[in-house]
Amino acid sequence: MGRYVARRLLQMIPVFIGSTLLVFLMMYALPGDPVKALAGEQHVDPAQIASLKAKYGLDQPIWQQYLNYLFNLFQGDFGQQIASQRPVADVIAEAYPVTVRLALFAFVFTVIAGISLGVIAGLKAESVRDRGLLLLTLLLISMPSFVLGYLVQYFFAFKLQLVEPNVSIEASWDELIMPAAVLASLSLAYVARLTRTSIAENLRADYMRTAVAKGLPRRRIVGVHLMRNSMIPVVTFLGTDIGTLMGGAIVTEGVFNVKGIGLTVFEALGRREGATVVGIVTLIVLVYLAASLLVDLLYAVLDPRIRYA
Amino acid sequence: MRGAKSAKWVAGAIVVALTATACGGSDTDSKKKPSGKPEGYVSIDVGEPQKPLIPADTNETNGSYVIQSVFTQLLDFDSKGEIVLTNAESVETEDSKTWTVKLKKGWKFHNGEAVTAQSYIDAWNWYANVDNAQQNAFWFSDIKGYADIHPEKGKAKGKEMSGLKAVDDTTFTIELTDKVPYFNYKLGYATFAPLPKVFYDDPKAFGQKPIGNGPYKFEKWTHKKLIQVQAWDGYQGPNKAANKGIQFKNYATVEAAYQDVLSGNLDMIRQVGPKDLPKYKSDLGSGAIEQEYAAIQTLVPAFYSKTFKDIDPKVLQGLSMAIDRDTITKTVLNNTRTPATSFTPPQVKGNQPLESDILKFDPVKAKKLVKEGGGVPENKISIQYNADGGHQEWVTAVCESIRNATGVDCVGDPKPDFPTDLEARDNDEVKGLYRGGWVADYPVNVNFLKELYHSKAESNNGRFADKQIDALMAKGDKADSLEESVAAYQEVEKKLVDKMPAIPLWYYRINGGHGKDVDNVKVDFHGDLELTAVTTK
Repeated sequence: MGRYVARRLLQMIPVFIGSTLLVFLMMYALPGDPVKALAGEQHVDPAQIASLKAKYGLDQPIWQQYLNYLFNLFQGDFGQQIASQRPVADVIAEAYPVTVRLALFAFVFTVIAGISLGVIAGLKAESVRDRGLLLLTLLLISMPSFVLGYLVQYFFAFKLQLVEPNVSIEASWDELIMPAAVLASLSLAYVARLTRTSIAENLRADYMRTAVAKGLPRRRIVGVHLMRNSMIPVVTFLGTDIGTLMGGAIVTEGVFNVKGIGLTVFEALGRREGATVVGIVTLIVLVYLAASLLVDLLYAVLDPRIRYA
Repeated sequence: MRGAKSAKWVAGAIVVALTATACGGSDTDSKKKPSGKPEGYVSIDVGEPQKPLIPADTNETNGSYVIQSVFTQLLDFDSKGEIVLTNAESVETEDSKTWTVKLKKGWKFHNGEAVTAQSYIDAWNWYANVDNAQQNAFWFSDIKGYADIHPEKGKAKGKEMSGLKAVDDTTFTIELTDKVPYFNYKLGYATFAPLPKVFYDDPKAFGQKPIGNGPYKFEKWTHKKLIQVQAWDGYQGPNKAANKGIQFKNYATVEAAYQDVLSGNLDMIRQVGPKDLPKYKSDLGSGAIEQEYAAIQTLVPAFYSKTFKDIDPKVLQGLSMAIDRDTITKTVLNNTRTPATSFTPPQVKGNQPLESDILKFDPVKAKKLVKEGGGVPENKISIQYNADGGHQEWVTAVCESIRNATGVDCVGDPKPDFPTDLEARDNDEVKGLYRGGWVADYPVNVNFLKELYHSKAESNNGRFADKQIDALMAKGDKADSLEESVAAYQEVEKKLVDKMPAIPLWYYRINGGHGKDVDNVKVDFHGDLELTAVTTK
């Protein structure tokens, strides 16, 4: 197991370098110049543009820029934003904790609600409650998150006045409940459906019949024998979901005014702030890598037949 | 059981992660009202300034809102575009070339330093210096000696412009390279603000925590979230703050900001989003703001393109008459624009009704003119716009209107975002027309004509070049008084009808609003809300 983990960690290095290089090249390939974009429709004289480019090393060839970037990154320096002249690390440090909180909140919500709904439905497949769940999750899957976002906002904030419509600058836990629920809704529906199918299928498995025949209490049958085997596809989904929640919350963050990573990347892209985009994407890549390693390790826990040497 | 152990470890890790992030989030112990706004302050949705807060390095709205609250330049304009002297006692000239500025006595910066003639001269020299790479440096290019410290190539040759001289503590003279009859109007731009001595010690730190001479004193800047300024007791200008301070709050979307106005967490919103436009008047009642300001939108032909090279202006007149401005502004644009009646907006000095019907919708005449002018190559035109700015709907409508009236095929040419759009314009890659927009820097017609249609103008991205127009503009620039100059430019504008350097579409309107807690919210000539006048209830 230890050797397996070590090997996986080593594999992360080329993945990491490859993905940062790709993002770097993509930013470079985009039309539009970050220095010129500063001025908008107004004219900036060439001398000024040249001096700014030299200052940020943008006049060097692309491979040189990338090497500089990597070199600085390994020293913990994420570079500097061109317009605001602030360190990218500061910009990320402001936005990241909010997104992490939002994503974790949504994740916990997904796990608890999704799995319990799936188990409830799966234990009695084809029943009324199962059909009900399928219908509900279908609704959630087909509803775009901004529609759901605005609906929730309208009902809970304006009609019932239970919460504030927007997340304030403190972004406290209670304010994040609404956006987290909306953000979680899609994955929750998937998790519920995955769990339901998996449970319904495994119910008919041989080992289940054996467990019942042994006269084990029902709690143990469902809790240990059934659940453990049924969780493998769910865990796979959840693993990638962590990364998606981190990176892809732009719409939800917009609706509820959450100042997170999604919006920061969006803004940085619009201004061609390469260093910011690459920095944030790098962090998201790391989260993905860690999550997928965790998932693979969990397989072994859930199903001892899967072993890593 | 190895598996079980690891499971515990994983669960433990999740718990640790949860509590760790919870710590980061629990700084809400004080449990203020969600808005967290001090008594007597007013709040407005103004996003994160792009750059550090230095007057000559800020030309986008978010930053200039803050700059204008913290700094005051020599003069300002009222809502009609007339000059109001703020820090200056007088700004006078006899020949439009040498200007004498007298400052009001007793003015101070927020740190107690006196505002003197030298505060202005030093600041302007610093702003104009090419080594300091200030975005608005070109605003100082009228001043004698600018070329020395801002050469087209290379480094500055000195540190001072020879045209700036202090006479005494509160008087200085500005000598210009050429006559500029409307130079005093330019002085109203926020870029001409003075700087205290502490600035030069560390411009970078100053940009994060500016000290100005304006109606508000800078308090704090929580990046991407909030900027707060406090009304300054020592301010002596005519626009002294009627409230105790301002919070500039950053919102992710205009919709989110609008929600907060409705729920009472935000006092003012500058622009209501398209989603809420149809209902904002009933939502806000008397708080709804709808007002025109000095900005225009045009379609600019790229005169180097295959389509418009050596085009007969009659074709452009025809295309202009093929656009149903009334219907498009009312329906597609939800009344957020007013159909244009000339090349300049009504709020600027010298605006006049054009004695021509090129801006009237007349499909029959439109078709005739296009035909007389020889049509366009391949009978097809395109309109370039940036897809991130909400332009797609009206571009489609304009195209539809042109196609129906003249039979000329018209397509939109979207660029994904503004930087891409600008790059195509800069590199002369526009295939047909592009969407042009211009907001007044100073309320004189010159600003809309010379900056856009002079053959050497920096913002003339259509590369319109006409010797006759240039000559007429030169006449206006040589005039001895502002009135003569404005009149000369009115002649230029009349002539533009025959040349068609652009097709004027409509003037902008601000559609904003305020909540029940504030009053006296007015709009200035370039569409900004006048924050100093706002009162709390």
